[in-house]
Amino acid sequence: MTPQLRYVLRLADSSLVLAQRLGEWVGHAPALEEDLGLANVSLDLLGQARLLLAHAGELEGRGRGEDQLAYLRGESEYFNLTLVEQPNGDFGQTIARQFLFDAWQLGMYEAMQQSADARLAAIAAKALKETRYHLRYSGGWLIRLGDGTEESRRRTQQALERLWPFVNELFATDDVDREAARAGIGPEPGTLESGWTQRVDEVLAQATLAPPARAHFVWYGKQGRHGEHLGYLLAEMQSLHRAHPGANW
Amino acid sequence: MYTQGLDSLGKDCLRDPAQDAGALERSFQARVDAEDKIEPKDWMPEAYRRTLVRQISQHAHSEIVGMLPEGNWITRAPSLLRKAILIAKVQDEGGHGAYLYSAAETLGVSRAELVDQLLEGKAKYSSIFNYPTPTWADVGAIGWLVDGAAIMNQIPLCRCSYGPYARAMVRICKEESFHQRQGYEIMLRLSRGTAAQRDMAQSALDRWWWPSLMMFGPSDAESKHGAQSMRWKIKRFSNDELRQKFVDFTVPQADFLGLKVPDPELRWDDAAQHYRFGAIDWNEFEQVLKGHGPCNRERLDARRRAHEEGRWVREAAAAWAAKQAARAAATEAA
Repeated sequence: MTPQLRYVLRLADSSLVLAQRLGEWVGHAPALEEDLGLANVSLDLLGQARLLLAHAGELEGRGRGEDQLAYLRGESEYFNLTLVEQPNGDFGQTIARQFLFDAWQLGMYEAMQQSADARLAAIAAKALKETRYHLRYSGGWLIRLGDGTEESRRRTQQALERLWPFVNELFATDDVDREAARAGIGPEPGTLESGWTQRVDEVLAQATLAPPARAHFVWYGKQGRHGEHLGYLLAEMQSLHRAHPGANW
Repeated sequence: MYTQGLDSLGKDCLRDPAQDAGALERSFQARVDAEDKIEPKDWMPEAYRRTLVRQISQHAHSEIVGMLPEGNWITRAPSLLRKAILIAKVQDEGGHGAYLYSAAETLGVSRAELVDQLLEGKAKYSSIFNYPTPTWADVGAIGWLVDGAAIMNQIPLCRCSYGPYARAMVRICKEESFHQRQGYEIMLRLSRGTAAQRDMAQSALDRWWWPSLMMFGPSDAESKHGAQSMRWKIKRFSNDELRQKFVDFTVPQADFLGLKVPDPELRWDDAAQHYRFGAIDWNEFEQVLKGHGPCNRERLDARRRAHEEGRWVREAAAAWAAKQAARAAATEAA
Protein backbone atom coordinates (compact mmCIF):
# COMPACT_ATOMS: atom_id res chain seq x y z
CA MET A 1 0.00 0.00 0.00
CA THR A 2 1.51 3.33 -1.06
CA PRO A 3 1.69 6.17 1.46
CA GLN A 4 -0.68 8.15 -0.75
CA LEU A 5 -3.30 5.41 -0.65
CA ARG A 6 -2.86 4.96 3.08
CA TYR A 7 -3.14 8.71 3.60
CA VAL A 8 -6.39 8.90 1.61
CA LEU A 9 -7.86 5.91 3.44
CA ARG A 10 -7.15 7.59 6.76
CA LEU A 11 -9.19 10.60 5.74
CA ALA A 12 -11.95 8.47 4.24
CA ASP A 13 -12.22 6.22 7.27
CA SER A 14 -12.37 9.08 9.76
CA SER A 15 -15.24 10.63 7.83
CA LEU A 16 -17.05 7.33 7.42
CA VAL A 17 -16.75 6.23 11.03
CA LEU A 18 -17.95 9.58 12.32
CA ALA A 19 -20.84 9.60 9.83
CA GLN A 20 -21.81 6.18 11.16
CA ARG A 21 -21.71 7.40 14.76
CA LEU A 22 -23.86 10.43 13.96
CA GLY A 23 -26.29 8.20 12.10
CA GLU A 24 -27.01 6.48 15.41
CA TRP A 25 -28.56 9.71 16.66
CA VAL A 26 -31.14 10.23 13.95
CA GLY A 27 -34.59 10.06 15.55
CA HIS A 28 -33.21 10.23 19.09
CA ALA A 29 -31.77 13.73 19.39
CA PRO A 30 -32.66 16.24 22.17
CA ALA A 31 -34.80 18.31 19.78
CA LEU A 32 -36.20 17.92 16.30
CA GLU A 33 -33.81 20.57 14.97
CA GLU A 34 -30.88 18.53 16.28
CA ASP A 35 -32.17 15.40 14.56
CA LEU A 36 -32.00 17.42 11.37
CA GLY A 37 -28.63 18.99 12.17
CA LEU A 38 -26.87 15.78 13.14
CA ALA A 39 -28.31 14.03 10.10
CA ASN A 40 -26.94 16.83 7.94
CA VAL A 41 -23.45 16.53 9.32
CA SER A 42 -23.62 12.76 9.01
CA LEU A 43 -24.66 13.04 5.37
CA ASP A 44 -21.84 15.47 4.57
CA LEU A 45 -19.25 13.22 6.17
CA LEU A 46 -20.66 10.21 4.40
CA GLY A 47 -20.45 12.10 1.12
CA GLN A 48 -16.80 12.94 1.79
CA ALA A 49 -16.08 9.32 2.70
CA ARG A 50 -17.63 8.08 -0.53
CA LEU A 51 -15.56 10.42 -2.68
CA LEU A 52 -12.39 9.57 -0.79
CA LEU A 53 -13.02 5.82 -0.87
CA ALA A 54 -13.75 5.90 -4.59
CA HIS A 55 -10.47 7.75 -5.06
CA ALA A 56 -8.67 5.26 -2.84
CA GLY A 57 -10.08 2.43 -4.94
CA GLU A 58 -8.69 4.05 -8.07
CA LEU A 59 -5.30 4.63 -6.48
CA GLU A 60 -5.22 1.01 -5.37
CA GLY A 61 -6.06 -0.20 -8.88
CA ARG A 62 -7.51 -3.54 -7.80
CA GLY A 63 -11.07 -2.82 -8.80
CA ARG A 64 -12.36 -2.21 -5.29
CA GLY A 65 -15.10 0.42 -5.08
CA GLU A 66 -16.46 2.40 -2.15
CA ASP A 67 -18.63 -0.43 -0.87
CA GLN A 68 -15.95 -3.10 -0.96
CA LEU A 69 -13.65 -0.78 0.91
CA ALA A 70 -16.29 0.23 3.43
CA TYR A 71 -17.93 -3.12 4.05
CA LEU A 72 -15.23 -5.72 3.54
CA ARG A 73 -12.28 -4.37 5.50
CA GLY A 74 -11.79 -5.44 9.09
CA GLU A 75 -10.80 -3.36 12.08
CA SER A 76 -7.07 -3.52 11.56
CA GLU A 77 -7.53 -2.36 7.96
CA TYR A 78 -9.45 0.72 9.08
CA PHE A 79 -7.22 3.76 9.49
CA ASN A 80 -9.49 6.34 11.11
CA LEU A 81 -8.47 8.56 13.98
CA THR A 82 -9.34 6.89 17.29
CA LEU A 83 -11.27 9.99 18.35
CA VAL A 84 -14.10 9.44 15.87
CA GLU A 85 -14.82 5.86 16.89
CA GLN A 86 -15.56 6.89 20.47
CA PRO A 87 -19.18 6.21 21.45
CA ASN A 88 -21.74 8.99 21.19
CA GLY A 89 -22.29 9.20 24.94
CA ASP A 90 -24.68 12.03 25.73
CA PHE A 91 -25.28 14.95 23.38
CA GLY A 92 -22.46 16.87 25.08
CA GLN A 93 -19.95 14.15 24.34
CA THR A 94 -21.12 13.91 20.74
CA ILE A 95 -20.76 17.66 20.34
CA ALA A 96 -17.34 17.74 21.99
CA ARG A 97 -16.07 14.92 19.75
CA GLN A 98 -17.51 16.70 16.71
CA PHE A 99 -15.97 20.00 17.65
CA LEU A 100 -12.47 18.60 18.22
CA PHE A 101 -12.67 16.79 14.91
CA ASP A 102 -14.20 19.69 12.94
CA ALA A 103 -11.49 22.04 14.18
CA TRP A 104 -8.91 19.54 12.93
CA GLN A 105 -10.60 18.79 9.63
CA LEU A 106 -10.91 22.48 8.84
CA GLY A 107 -7.16 23.05 8.95
CA MET A 108 -6.51 19.80 7.14
CA TYR A 109 -8.85 20.55 4.23
CA GLU A 110 -7.61 24.12 4.01
CA ALA A 111 -4.10 22.84 3.43
CA MET A 112 -5.23 20.00 1.20
CA GLN A 113 -6.77 22.37 -1.32
CA GLN A 114 -3.20 22.75 -2.59
CA SER A 115 -2.65 19.01 -2.90
CA ALA A 116 -0.54 17.74 -5.79
CA ASP A 117 -3.26 15.12 -6.16
CA ALA A 118 -5.82 17.12 -8.16
CA ARG A 119 -8.70 14.88 -7.17
CA LEU A 120 -7.87 15.28 -3.50
CA ALA A 121 -7.60 19.03 -3.90
CA ALA A 122 -11.07 19.11 -5.46
CA ILE A 123 -12.56 16.97 -2.68
CA ALA A 124 -10.92 19.21 -0.08
CA ALA A 125 -12.35 22.37 -1.64
CA LYS A 126 -15.87 20.93 -1.55
CA ALA A 127 -15.52 19.42 1.91
CA LEU A 128 -14.05 22.61 3.36
CA LYS A 129 -17.32 24.46 2.82
CA GLU A 130 -19.17 21.74 4.68
CA THR A 131 -16.61 21.65 7.47
CA ARG A 132 -16.95 25.39 8.11
CA TYR A 133 -20.64 24.81 8.69
CA HIS A 134 -19.99 21.78 10.91
CA LEU A 135 -17.59 23.76 13.05
CA ARG A 136 -20.12 26.55 13.43
CA TYR A 137 -22.71 23.99 14.52
CA SER A 138 -20.54 22.06 16.97
CA GLY A 139 -18.79 25.19 18.27
CA GLY A 140 -22.14 26.95 18.71
CA TRP A 141 -23.47 24.07 20.74
CA LEU A 142 -20.29 23.75 22.76
CA ILE A 143 -20.65 27.38 23.79
CA ARG A 144 -24.32 26.96 24.72
CA LEU A 145 -23.62 23.82 26.70
CA GLY A 146 -20.52 25.15 28.41
CA ASP A 147 -22.10 28.48 29.30
CA GLY A 148 -25.62 27.12 29.80
CA THR A 149 -26.63 25.51 33.10
CA GLU A 150 -24.48 24.05 35.82
CA GLU A 151 -25.40 20.56 34.69
CA SER A 152 -24.60 21.19 31.03
CA ARG A 153 -21.27 22.75 31.96
CA ARG A 154 -20.34 19.78 34.15
CA ARG A 155 -21.34 17.24 31.51
CA THR A 156 -19.50 19.03 28.74
CA GLN A 157 -16.32 19.51 30.75
CA GLN A 158 -16.43 15.78 31.55
CA ALA A 159 -16.85 15.00 27.86
CA LEU A 160 -13.74 17.03 27.09
CA GLU A 161 -11.78 15.16 29.77
CA ARG A 162 -12.93 11.87 28.32
CA LEU A 163 -12.00 12.76 24.75
CA TRP A 164 -8.79 14.67 25.33
CA PRO A 165 -6.56 11.55 25.37
CA PHE A 166 -7.38 11.13 21.67
CA VAL A 167 -6.16 14.60 20.72
CA ASN A 168 -2.46 13.67 20.49
CA GLU A 169 -3.16 11.42 17.53
CA LEU A 170 -4.58 14.32 15.51
CA PHE A 171 -1.05 15.76 15.26
CA ALA A 172 1.10 12.65 15.51
CA THR A 173 3.21 12.31 12.38
CA ASP A 174 4.43 8.95 11.12
CA ASP A 175 6.22 7.80 7.97
CA VAL A 176 3.02 7.73 5.93
CA ASP A 177 2.31 11.34 6.81
CA ARG A 178 5.89 12.45 6.15
CA GLU A 179 5.95 10.70 2.79
CA ALA A 180 2.57 12.10 1.77
CA ALA A 181 3.60 15.60 2.82
CA ARG A 182 6.92 15.30 0.96
CA ALA A 183 5.02 14.36 -2.20
CA GLY A 184 2.68 17.33 -1.71
CA ILE A 185 -0.38 15.10 -1.21
CA GLY A 186 -1.52 16.67 2.02
CA PRO A 187 -0.35 18.44 5.15
CA GLU A 188 1.84 16.81 7.76
CA PRO A 189 -0.47 16.54 10.82
CA GLY A 190 2.03 18.27 13.12
CA THR A 191 1.66 21.46 11.09
CA LEU A 192 -2.05 21.61 11.92
CA GLU A 193 -1.59 21.85 15.64
CA SER A 194 -1.19 25.58 16.19
CA GLY A 195 -4.21 26.45 14.05
CA TRP A 196 -6.28 23.84 15.82
CA THR A 197 -5.24 25.02 19.27
CA GLN A 198 -6.15 28.57 18.41
CA ARG A 199 -9.58 27.61 17.09
CA VAL A 200 -10.30 25.34 20.03
CA ASP A 201 -9.06 27.72 22.72
CA GLU A 202 -11.15 30.54 21.36
CA VAL A 203 -14.37 28.55 21.53
CA LEU A 204 -13.55 26.93 24.88
CA ALA A 205 -13.01 30.39 26.35
CA GLN A 206 -16.44 31.51 25.16
CA ALA A 207 -17.88 28.26 26.50
CA THR A 208 -16.19 28.95 29.86
CA LEU A 209 -14.65 25.47 29.62
CA ALA A 210 -11.05 24.59 30.40
CA PRO A 211 -8.87 22.65 27.97
CA PRO A 212 -7.70 19.53 29.85
CA ALA A 213 -3.99 18.74 30.12
CA ARG A 214 -2.44 16.61 27.40
CA ALA A 215 -0.94 13.29 28.52
CA HIS A 216 1.82 11.38 26.76
CA PHE A 217 0.03 8.36 25.41
CA VAL A 218 -0.71 8.44 21.68
CA TRP A 219 -3.40 6.30 20.11
CA TYR A 220 -2.73 5.03 16.59
CA GLY A 221 -6.11 4.19 15.08
CA LYS A 222 -4.72 5.64 11.89
CA GLN A 223 -2.27 2.75 11.79
CA GLY A 224 -5.08 0.24 12.29
CA ARG A 225 -4.47 -0.09 16.06
CA HIS A 226 -7.83 0.68 17.61
CA GLY A 227 -9.51 0.64 20.98
CA GLU A 228 -12.44 -1.57 21.84
CA HIS A 229 -15.24 0.35 20.13
CA LEU A 230 -14.51 0.14 16.42
CA GLY A 231 -15.09 -3.61 16.22
CA TYR A 232 -18.69 -3.24 17.30
CA LEU A 233 -19.29 -0.28 15.05
CA LEU A 234 -18.02 -2.20 12.02
CA ALA A 235 -19.83 -5.39 12.99
CA GLU A 236 -23.09 -3.49 12.96
CA MET A 237 -22.36 -1.47 9.86
CA GLN A 238 -21.15 -4.43 7.81
CA SER A 239 -23.53 -7.15 9.06
CA LEU A 240 -26.11 -7.11 6.29
CA HIS A 241 -23.63 -6.53 3.49
CA ARG A 242 -21.41 -9.39 4.65
CA ALA A 243 -24.39 -11.74 5.11
CA HIS A 244 -25.08 -11.62 1.37
CA PRO A 245 -21.75 -11.90 -0.44
CA GLY A 246 -21.85 -10.48 -3.96
CA ALA A 247 -25.44 -9.22 -3.71
CA ASN A 248 -26.47 -5.93 -5.26
CA TRP A 249 -28.53 -3.51 -3.23
CA MET B 1 -55.41 33.11 17.09
CA TYR B 2 -58.79 33.28 15.40
CA THR B 3 -60.18 34.97 18.50
CA GLN B 4 -58.13 38.02 17.61
CA GLY B 5 -59.95 38.04 14.31
CA LEU B 6 -63.23 37.83 16.20
CA ASP B 7 -62.30 40.81 18.38
CA SER B 8 -61.46 42.89 15.38
CA LEU B 9 -65.02 42.53 14.12
CA GLY B 10 -66.02 45.09 16.72
CA LYS B 11 -68.77 45.28 19.31
CA ASP B 12 -71.71 45.35 16.92
CA CYS B 13 -71.10 41.79 15.94
CA LEU B 14 -71.44 40.59 19.48
CA ARG B 15 -74.89 41.95 20.22
CA ASP B 16 -76.69 38.78 19.28
CA PRO B 17 -74.07 36.05 19.53
CA ALA B 18 -76.33 33.21 18.33
CA GLN B 19 -77.43 35.00 15.21
CA ASP B 20 -74.00 36.43 14.51
CA ALA B 21 -72.29 33.09 14.97
CA GLY B 22 -74.75 31.69 12.47
CA ALA B 23 -73.94 34.44 10.00
CA LEU B 24 -70.20 34.01 10.50
CA GLU B 25 -70.51 30.32 9.97
CA ARG B 26 -72.52 30.79 6.79
CA SER B 27 -70.03 33.20 5.35
CA PHE B 28 -67.21 30.87 6.38
CA GLN B 29 -68.86 27.96 4.60
CA ALA B 30 -69.47 30.13 1.54
CA ARG B 31 -65.78 30.92 1.37
CA VAL B 32 -64.92 27.25 1.70
CA ASP B 33 -67.40 26.37 -1.01
CA ALA B 34 -65.85 29.01 -3.25
CA GLU B 35 -62.45 27.32 -2.73
CA ASP B 36 -61.09 30.34 -0.86
CA LYS B 37 -58.24 29.53 1.49
CA ILE B 38 -58.90 30.09 5.19
CA GLU B 39 -55.93 31.83 6.82
CA PRO B 40 -54.85 31.87 10.49
CA LYS B 41 -56.43 35.22 11.37
CA ASP B 42 -59.73 34.51 9.64
CA TRP B 43 -62.78 33.60 11.67
CA MET B 44 -63.37 29.85 11.75
CA PRO B 45 -65.73 27.56 13.64
CA GLU B 46 -64.16 26.19 16.79
CA ALA B 47 -64.86 22.64 15.61
CA TYR B 48 -63.00 23.35 12.35
CA ARG B 49 -60.02 24.60 14.32
CA ARG B 50 -60.10 21.57 16.61
CA THR B 51 -60.39 19.16 13.70
CA LEU B 52 -57.39 20.75 12.01
CA VAL B 53 -55.29 20.80 15.17
CA ARG B 54 -56.07 17.13 15.70
CA GLN B 55 -55.35 16.16 12.11
CA ILE B 56 -52.23 18.27 11.57
CA SER B 57 -50.70 17.29 14.90
CA GLN B 58 -51.42 13.60 14.31
CA HIS B 59 -49.75 14.00 10.97
CA ALA B 60 -46.74 15.72 12.56
CA HIS B 61 -46.47 13.03 15.25
CA SER B 62 -46.63 10.37 12.55
CA GLU B 63 -43.66 11.92 10.80
CA ILE B 64 -41.67 11.98 14.03
CA VAL B 65 -42.54 8.47 15.16
CA GLY B 66 -42.11 7.36 11.55
CA MET B 67 -38.41 8.25 11.77
CA LEU B 68 -37.92 5.30 14.12
CA PRO B 69 -38.77 2.17 12.09
CA GLU B 70 -36.62 3.27 9.16
CA GLY B 71 -33.97 4.88 11.32
CA ASN B 72 -33.51 1.36 12.60
CA TRP B 73 -31.60 0.59 9.38
CA ILE B 74 -29.39 3.67 9.06
CA THR B 75 -26.43 2.03 10.75
CA ARG B 76 -26.82 -1.21 8.77
CA ALA B 77 -27.80 0.00 5.30
CA PRO B 78 -26.15 -2.43 2.87
CA SER B 79 -24.33 0.13 0.70
CA LEU B 80 -23.06 3.64 1.28
CA LEU B 81 -25.43 5.02 -1.34
CA ARG B 82 -28.39 3.38 0.38
CA LYS B 83 -27.18 4.71 3.69
CA ALA B 84 -27.02 8.26 2.32
CA ILE B 85 -30.48 7.98 0.77
CA LEU B 86 -31.92 6.60 3.99
CA ILE B 87 -30.42 9.28 6.23
CA ALA B 88 -31.73 11.94 3.85
CA LYS B 89 -35.15 10.31 3.85
CA VAL B 90 -35.43 10.06 7.61
CA GLN B 91 -34.21 13.64 7.80
CA ASP B 92 -36.97 14.69 5.38
CA GLU B 93 -39.50 13.11 7.72
CA GLY B 94 -38.14 15.15 10.61
CA GLY B 95 -38.44 18.22 8.39
CA HIS B 96 -42.06 17.37 7.59
CA GLY B 97 -42.71 17.05 11.31
CA ALA B 98 -41.15 20.48 11.89
CA TYR B 99 -43.26 22.34 9.39
CA LEU B 100 -46.44 20.49 10.25
CA TYR B 101 -45.96 21.50 13.88
CA SER B 102 -45.53 25.05 12.60
CA ALA B 103 -48.75 24.76 10.60
CA ALA B 104 -50.53 23.55 13.73
CA GLU B 105 -49.09 26.47 15.70
CA THR B 106 -50.91 28.90 13.40
CA LEU B 107 -54.08 27.54 15.04
CA GLY B 108 -53.04 28.70 18.49
CA VAL B 109 -51.37 25.64 20.02
CA SER B 110 -47.67 25.30 20.74
CA ARG B 111 -45.39 22.53 19.54
CA ALA B 112 -44.47 21.81 23.16
CA GLU B 113 -48.12 21.18 24.08
CA LEU B 114 -48.59 18.89 21.11
CA VAL B 115 -45.40 16.95 21.84
CA ASP B 116 -46.48 16.55 25.46
CA GLN B 117 -49.77 15.05 24.26
CA LEU B 118 -47.83 12.55 22.18
CA LEU B 119 -45.49 11.60 25.00
CA GLU B 120 -48.36 11.25 27.46
CA GLY B 121 -50.01 8.83 25.07
CA LYS B 122 -52.98 11.16 24.57
CA ALA B 123 -52.39 11.93 20.91
CA LYS B 124 -52.55 9.46 18.07
CA TYR B 125 -50.08 8.93 15.27
CA SER B 126 -50.35 6.71 12.24
CA SER B 127 -50.56 3.20 13.64
CA ILE B 128 -48.54 1.79 10.75
CA PHE B 129 -45.39 2.83 12.56
CA ASN B 130 -46.14 0.36 15.33
CA TYR B 131 -45.02 -2.46 13.09
CA PRO B 132 -41.37 -3.59 13.22
CA THR B 133 -38.72 -3.41 10.50
CA PRO B 134 -36.81 -6.67 10.97
CA THR B 135 -35.19 -6.69 7.50
CA TRP B 136 -33.75 -4.26 4.97
CA ALA B 137 -36.69 -5.02 2.67
CA ASP B 138 -38.95 -3.36 5.24
CA VAL B 139 -37.26 -0.07 4.40
CA GLY B 140 -38.18 -0.66 0.76
CA ALA B 141 -41.72 -1.73 1.61
CA ILE B 142 -42.29 1.32 3.79
CA GLY B 143 -41.18 3.63 1.01
CA TRP B 144 -43.20 1.85 -1.62
CA LEU B 145 -46.40 1.07 0.30
CA VAL B 146 -46.55 3.33 3.34
CA ASP B 147 -45.30 6.43 1.57
CA GLY B 148 -47.38 5.41 -1.44
CA ALA B 149 -50.50 5.26 0.71
CA ALA B 150 -49.54 8.51 2.41
CA ILE B 151 -49.32 10.23 -0.97
CA MET B 152 -52.81 9.03 -1.92
CA ASN B 153 -54.06 10.54 1.32
CA GLN B 154 -52.05 13.69 1.09
CA ILE B 155 -52.24 14.89 -2.47
CA PRO B 156 -55.85 16.01 -1.95
CA LEU B 157 -54.67 17.86 1.18
CA CYS B 158 -52.66 20.21 -1.05
CA ARG B 159 -56.11 21.67 -1.83
CA CYS B 160 -57.26 21.65 1.79
CA SER B 161 -59.31 24.71 2.76
CA TYR B 162 -56.83 25.73 5.46
CA GLY B 163 -54.03 27.65 3.75
CA PRO B 164 -51.00 26.86 5.97
CA TYR B 165 -51.75 23.13 5.92
CA ALA B 166 -52.36 23.07 2.17
CA ARG B 167 -49.09 24.88 1.51
CA ALA B 168 -47.09 22.60 3.81
CA MET B 169 -48.56 19.61 1.99
CA VAL B 170 -47.33 20.78 -1.41
CA ARG B 171 -43.72 20.39 -0.37
CA ILE B 172 -44.34 17.27 1.67
CA CYS B 173 -46.02 15.53 -1.26
CA LYS B 174 -43.08 16.28 -3.54
CA GLU B 175 -40.68 14.68 -1.09
CA GLU B 176 -43.01 11.76 -0.35
CA SER B 177 -43.28 10.95 -4.00
CA PHE B 178 -39.49 10.85 -4.17
CA HIS B 179 -39.46 8.52 -1.16
CA GLN B 180 -42.05 6.28 -2.75
CA ARG B 181 -39.88 5.86 -5.84
CA GLN B 182 -36.78 5.23 -3.72
CA GLY B 183 -38.66 2.54 -1.80
CA TYR B 184 -39.89 0.93 -4.97
CA GLU B 185 -36.39 0.94 -6.35
CA ILE B 186 -35.14 -0.92 -3.27
CA MET B 187 -37.88 -3.51 -3.83
CA LEU B 188 -37.01 -3.75 -7.52
CA ARG B 189 -33.37 -4.37 -6.74
CA LEU B 190 -34.27 -7.04 -4.19
CA SER B 191 -36.80 -8.74 -6.43
CA ARG B 192 -34.19 -8.97 -9.22
CA GLY B 193 -31.50 -10.11 -6.78
CA THR B 194 -30.53 -13.37 -5.07
CA ALA B 195 -33.07 -15.88 -3.80
CA ALA B 196 -32.53 -14.60 -0.26
CA GLN B 197 -33.17 -11.04 -1.40
CA ARG B 198 -36.37 -12.03 -3.21
CA ASP B 199 -37.61 -13.86 -0.11
CA MET B 200 -36.85 -10.80 1.96
CA ALA B 201 -38.89 -8.64 -0.42
CA GLN B 202 -41.85 -11.03 -0.48
CA SER B 203 -41.89 -11.34 3.29
CA ALA B 204 -41.89 -7.56 3.65
CA LEU B 205 -44.81 -7.23 1.23
CA ASP B 206 -46.65 -9.94 3.18
CA ARG B 207 -46.23 -7.99 6.40
CA TRP B 208 -46.89 -4.45 5.13
CA TRP B 209 -49.72 -4.97 2.67
CA TRP B 210 -52.67 -5.10 5.05
CA PRO B 211 -51.42 -2.47 7.48
CA SER B 212 -50.95 -0.18 4.45
CA LEU B 213 -54.58 -0.65 3.44
CA MET B 214 -55.57 0.18 7.01
CA MET B 215 -53.76 3.50 6.73
CA PHE B 216 -56.75 4.96 4.92
CA GLY B 217 -58.77 4.59 8.09
CA PRO B 218 -62.08 2.89 8.82
CA SER B 219 -64.52 2.17 6.03
CA ASP B 220 -66.81 5.06 5.11
CA ALA B 221 -69.69 3.52 7.03
CA GLU B 222 -67.60 3.59 10.23
CA SER B 223 -65.72 6.84 9.72
CA LYS B 224 -66.37 9.33 12.53
CA HIS B 225 -65.16 12.59 11.05
CA GLY B 226 -65.62 11.97 7.35
CA ALA B 227 -68.72 13.88 6.32
CA GLN B 228 -68.02 17.11 8.20
CA SER B 229 -64.41 17.17 7.01
CA MET B 230 -65.66 16.81 3.45
CA ARG B 231 -68.00 19.76 3.90
CA TRP B 232 -65.13 21.84 5.22
CA LYS B 233 -62.94 20.68 2.35
CA ILE B 234 -60.32 19.41 4.73
CA LYS B 235 -60.96 16.05 3.15
CA ARG B 236 -61.78 15.58 -0.53
CA PHE B 237 -62.24 11.87 -0.97
CA SER B 238 -63.62 9.20 1.32
CA ASN B 239 -61.42 6.59 2.99
CA ASP B 240 -62.76 3.81 0.80
CA GLU B 241 -62.29 5.78 -2.41
CA LEU B 242 -58.67 6.45 -1.57
CA ARG B 243 -58.04 2.87 -0.50
CA GLN B 244 -59.44 1.60 -3.81
CA LYS B 245 -57.27 4.02 -5.71
CA PHE B 246 -54.22 2.79 -3.82
CA VAL B 247 -54.98 -0.87 -4.53
CA ASP B 248 -55.58 -0.16 -8.23
CA PHE B 249 -52.32 1.72 -8.41
CA THR B 250 -50.20 -0.70 -6.40
CA VAL B 251 -51.18 -4.18 -7.56
CA PRO B 252 -49.64 -3.75 -11.03
CA GLN B 253 -46.45 -2.53 -9.34
CA ALA B 254 -46.33 -5.73 -7.29
CA ASP B 255 -46.87 -7.71 -10.48
CA PHE B 256 -43.93 -5.95 -12.10
CA LEU B 257 -41.77 -6.92 -9.14
CA GLY B 258 -42.91 -10.51 -9.50
CA LEU B 259 -44.15 -10.45 -5.91
CA LYS B 260 -47.46 -11.82 -4.69
CA VAL B 261 -49.94 -9.61 -2.86
CA PRO B 262 -51.01 -11.59 0.22
CA ASP B 263 -54.73 -11.60 -0.53
CA PRO B 264 -56.31 -14.77 -1.97
CA GLU B 265 -59.44 -12.81 -2.86
CA LEU B 266 -57.64 -10.19 -4.93
CA ARG B 267 -58.91 -10.13 -8.55
CA TRP B 268 -59.42 -7.68 -11.39
CA ASP B 269 -63.04 -6.71 -11.97
CA ASP B 270 -63.15 -5.84 -15.63
CA ALA B 271 -66.66 -4.40 -15.55
CA ALA B 272 -65.85 -2.02 -12.70
CA GLN B 273 -62.27 -1.42 -13.87
CA HIS B 274 -61.09 -1.96 -10.30
CA TYR B 275 -59.31 -4.60 -8.28
CA ARG B 276 -61.54 -6.33 -5.77
CA PHE B 277 -59.82 -7.20 -2.54
CA GLY B 278 -60.54 -9.24 0.58
CA ALA B 279 -61.91 -8.03 3.89
CA ILE B 280 -59.62 -6.01 6.13
CA ASP B 281 -59.09 -7.29 9.66
CA TRP B 282 -60.41 -4.24 11.49
CA ASN B 283 -59.96 -5.98 14.78
CA GLU B 284 -56.19 -5.82 14.26
CA PHE B 285 -56.48 -2.15 13.33
CA GLU B 286 -58.43 -1.40 16.52
CA GLN B 287 -55.93 -3.31 18.62
CA VAL B 288 -52.93 -1.45 17.20
CA LEU B 289 -54.78 1.83 17.56
CA LYS B 290 -55.44 1.09 21.21
CA GLY B 291 -51.78 0.53 21.87
CA HIS B 292 -51.58 -3.23 21.50
CA GLY B 293 -49.60 -3.36 18.27
CA PRO B 294 -46.22 -5.04 18.07
CA CYS B 295 -44.13 -1.90 18.72
CA ASN B 296 -46.43 0.73 20.27
CA ARG B 297 -44.62 0.64 23.57
CA GLU B 298 -41.16 0.71 22.02
CA ARG B 299 -41.97 3.63 19.76
CA LEU B 300 -43.34 5.79 22.55
CA ASP B 301 -40.54 4.73 24.89
CA ALA B 302 -37.98 5.80 22.29
CA ARG B 303 -39.63 9.21 21.93
CA ARG B 304 -39.88 9.64 25.70
CA ARG B 305 -36.29 8.62 26.22
CA ALA B 306 -35.05 11.08 23.61
CA HIS B 307 -37.15 13.80 25.22
CA GLU B 308 -36.01 13.04 28.75
CA GLU B 309 -32.35 12.56 27.89
CA GLY B 310 -32.41 15.76 25.88
CA ARG B 311 -33.97 17.85 28.61
CA TRP B 312 -30.67 19.14 30.00
CA VAL B 313 -29.63 20.16 26.49
CA ARG B 314 -32.79 22.15 25.87
CA GLU B 315 -32.47 23.72 29.33
CA ALA B 316 -28.89 24.69 28.58
CA ALA B 317 -29.88 26.30 25.30
CA ALA B 318 -32.65 28.27 27.02
CA ALA B 319 -30.34 29.34 29.87
CA TRP B 320 -27.68 30.47 27.43
CA ALA B 321 -30.19 32.42 25.36
CA ALA B 322 -31.41 34.17 28.53
CA LYS B 323 -27.82 35.02 29.52
CA GLN B 324 -27.16 36.41 26.07
CA ALA B 325 -30.26 38.56 26.24
CA ALA B 326 -29.28 39.83 29.70
CA ARG B 327 -25.76 40.61 28.49
CA ALA B 328 -27.10 42.50 25.50
CA ALA B 329 -29.43 44.48 27.74
CA ALA B 330 -26.60 45.28 30.17
CA THR B 331 -24.40 46.45 27.31
CA GLU B 332 -27.14 48.68 26.03
CA ALA B 333 -27.78 50.13 29.48
CA ALA B 334 -24.05 50.88 29.94
